[in-house]
Amino acid sequence: MPTYQIKVNGESKTVDVSEDTPVLWVLRDHLELVGTKYGCGIGQCGACTIHVEGTAMRSCSLTLAQIDGKSITTIEGLSEDGTHPVQEAWKEVDVPQCGYCQAGQIMTASAFLESNPNPTEDDVKNAMHGNICRCASYTRIRKAVMIASENMDQ
Amino acid sequence: MSTNKTLTFSRRAFMRTSSLAGGGMLIGFNLFQACKPKAAPPIDLAELNYNDFNAFIEIADNGAVTIFSPNPEIGQGVKTSMPMIIAEELDVAWKDVYVKQGILDTKNYTRQVAGGSQSIRHGWDALRQTGATAKQMLVNAAAARWGVDASELTVSEGVITNAAGETLGYGDVVKEAALLEVPEDVTLKSPKEYKIIGKDASNVDIDEIATGKPLFGLDYKAEGMVYAAVVRPPAFGKKLVSYDDTKARAMSGVIDIFKIGEKVRGLLAEDPSFGSKISSSDKVVVVANSTWQAFKAKEAIQAVWEEDTTIESTEEHDKKLIELLDGNKFETPRSDGNVEKAFAEADEILERTYESPFLPHNCMEPMNFYADVTSEKVHLVGPIQTPEWKAGLVAKMLGREESDIYLEMTRMGGGFGRRLYGDFVLEAAEISNHIKKPVKVVSTREDDMQTGVYRPAIKYRIKAGVKDGKLTAYHLKEAAINDNMYGLIPNFFPAGAIENYQVDIAKYNSSITTGAWRAPYTNFLAYAEQSFFDELAEVMEVDKIQLRLDLLDKVKPEEDERIQYSPERMKDVIKMAVEKSGWGTKPKNVYQGFVNYYCHNTHVAEVADVEIENGAPVVKKITCVVDCGIVVNPLGALNQIEGGVIDGVGHSMFGELAFEDGKPMANNFDRYRLIRMKEAPVVETFLMENEYSPTGLGEPTLPPAGGAVANALKAATGNRLYKQPFTKTPELLKMPQKEIIG
Repeated sequence: MPTYQIKVNGESKTVDVSEDTPVLWVLRDHLELVGTKYGCGIGQCGACTIHVEGTAMRSCSLTLAQIDGKSITTIEGLSEDGTHPVQEAWKEVDVPQCGYCQAGQIMTASAFLESNPNPTEDDVKNAMHGNICRCASYTRIRKAVMIASENMDQ
Repeated sequence: MSTNKTLTFSRRAFMRTSSLAGGGMLIGFNLFQACKPKAAPPIDLAELNYNDFNAFIEIADNGAVTIFSPNPEIGQGVKTSMPMIIAEELDVAWKDVYVKQGILDTKNYTRQVAGGSQSIRHGWDALRQTGATAKQMLVNAAAARWGVDASELTVSEGVITNAAGETLGYGDVVKEAALLEVPEDVTLKSPKEYKIIGKDASNVDIDEIATGKPLFGLDYKAEGMVYAAVVRPPAFGKKLVSYDDTKARAMSGVIDIFKIGEKVRGLLAEDPSFGSKISSSDKVVVVANSTWQAFKAKEAIQAVWEEDTTIESTEEHDKKLIELLDGNKFETPRSDGNVEKAFAEADEILERTYESPFLPHNCMEPMNFYADVTSEKVHLVGPIQTPEWKAGLVAKMLGREESDIYLEMTRMGGGFGRRLYGDFVLEAAEISNHIKKPVKVVSTREDDMQTGVYRPAIKYRIKAGVKDGKLTAYHLKEAAINDNMYGLIPNFFPAGAIENYQVDIAKYNSSITTGAWRAPYTNFLAYAEQSFFDELAEVMEVDKIQLRLDLLDKVKPEEDERIQYSPERMKDVIKMAVEKSGWGTKPKNVYQGFVNYYCHNTHVAEVADVEIENGAPVVKKITCVVDCGIVVNPLGALNQIEGGVIDGVGHSMFGELAFEDGKPMANNFDRYRLIRMKEAPVVETFLMENEYSPTGLGEPTLPPAGGAVANALKAATGNRLYKQPFTKTPELLKMPQKEIIG
């Protein structure tokens, strides 16, 4: 099997996997970064969302070739100590129920707010529409993203 | 007010304290026993040892309090709210309490039990008693130290104060306290004294969730662990004949490929009642070095299947269920008066049939489990709602002693009923037993959706008779796949309100595996009945709310112990919902639908607001009024309520799993529509304030939502919806032509 160099959360890692292994499973099974979740495997639910050069992408549908030379960020690397404004807002609002989808929600929201620091509520709804929360914590997700946008703005 | 009712179990039978070797006190209690007020203690007190307990409080020498919870956490918040109840009566500051899932104590939890009875409602008395008893022992120890009577002492946040103003912390007296007798009579706080109960508390796992720490079954790893994927029948009613694994064996990372099934069939032969929950077919297992390699090799298996039992389809189910409703092969769980006579004498009859599809649970975390079967023990780890049941089945299946089974529960990425069944636990155990390695079996999303234990399709037919302007007869018939409504459901409203009332049930046995799905039966029945009431009020030309209030006036629960709902509490939630939703006072472009419902011991009323956008109706808001008694954790409670409402809206609008040739017609979220952000309405919640003992919130707000939406859609479009999901009949979701303005 070929070896790949990937840059995750600021560190360079070498992995030895087949070329078609989705980045999701490289993170989970080979790099012990299990915060990125498997939900559907076809880019429909958003549980596996990571940042590739700051852009939110579905890691279940990304190959290693597609992230070659790019730096990626997972929930574990979003902040050093869980104090990213989006994480703080998630705690303030107490968003999760089961919690399984929330890493993906946080990664989608944090990338969105980087490029849209002053969103309207409709902007937030559009941005978060691709992430399923089976427990339907949608009203709190909405609220937390709005709070995070205010805090990031300051 | 029933908060401080007499308890019928003995505290001593479920509690014991001891000194910890490293200092401090350990209080063990068996929540499961205490949850069953009528159950006798299983063994003599003298024979109890710590393996008989499943929940613990640890008070360290420095006064630090750790509360271990044995309860499976599926997102309903009990890992936060149940320890809050203990902490309240123990009288410690919530911020000083550390909550741990019981699995971390490998020594004490070898015979762990947890089940559906461990909800807030059932745990309420036991948890308060446990906290209060521990506090009393600490106070008694302080009283002995000071040589005063315990009644002279006061406690606040873990500090005991005597009449002279001297203080002792819990940590100062914990060693002595552990040696004292367990007191029989302790005083519980009155709700007015609560400092923790009723205050917002964040999810105890919030930091770990927000930073992506390993919490869930799918995140679990062990030394030497391999991964398994399973090829299961592509359709219900089919079984494995043969398979060709040549291509799969040549793939990288593949360790072994083999067949399982025999051991599960052995269990099914012993207890055929599992047949509707667990498939009996052989399956092909691929074991590999990583999840992805297992998934890929699984796709490369060429399996041949043949017809085993009847191959079914939704079309066939529809016919069979209607035949059952038209027929006369019913059981009758409740019958009052004489409905047939009343119908014969009625001035008007209304009869309607309501239809629902199969639903998959679609937990966000697909089914998975870890097993390591060795000659010494069977180690099982993962997300399971019924650990005790599954541990017993695995022991039986592998011919092992129950004491060989060591099961740890992880946090669960949703349950909704799916993780009651544990077919995946049996699979993991059978696979590890075969390969003699620690293994994690992982379902793909496609496996999860296509080989589920579904909410079965159900049809209801409701018939009402009206005479002299009064509702005189009500007849509810249920035709369902595999199982029927159970327990007290036939005695829910409007039972007790109508002189001639009957519930009939019939079932069609299917090879499709079915089971409980969030709020079983009521998740669809509430919509059917509450839509029917809406239409009935139109037929009777009476006010929709007044019809319900008048019926509730007739209910006398004191004369019928099967009536567990309170007409008074129901009327109160109805009245508050009318007020808070602005019922009848909304602008013309807001169409409202009303529902009141009781299930899971909680009274709920919901009003849906539908508005027309671009010619199509949109559910904008749900006003939800809930009476669940004392609210333990309002922050968690509101989350459950909102989630339940939106889940109810989503599944009534979009949820459907149809079958053709025994095969589910959707296998992933591209073809199965779950409600998403933009479709999620605003939910405005109001909690009734009272001092009744608390009841559950994980389910009761879901059932009414579909009915509220259907009634609002009727108001908006003029069309009455009789089938779920509502998007199945898009023509009925359009505004009548003449009403589209500008």
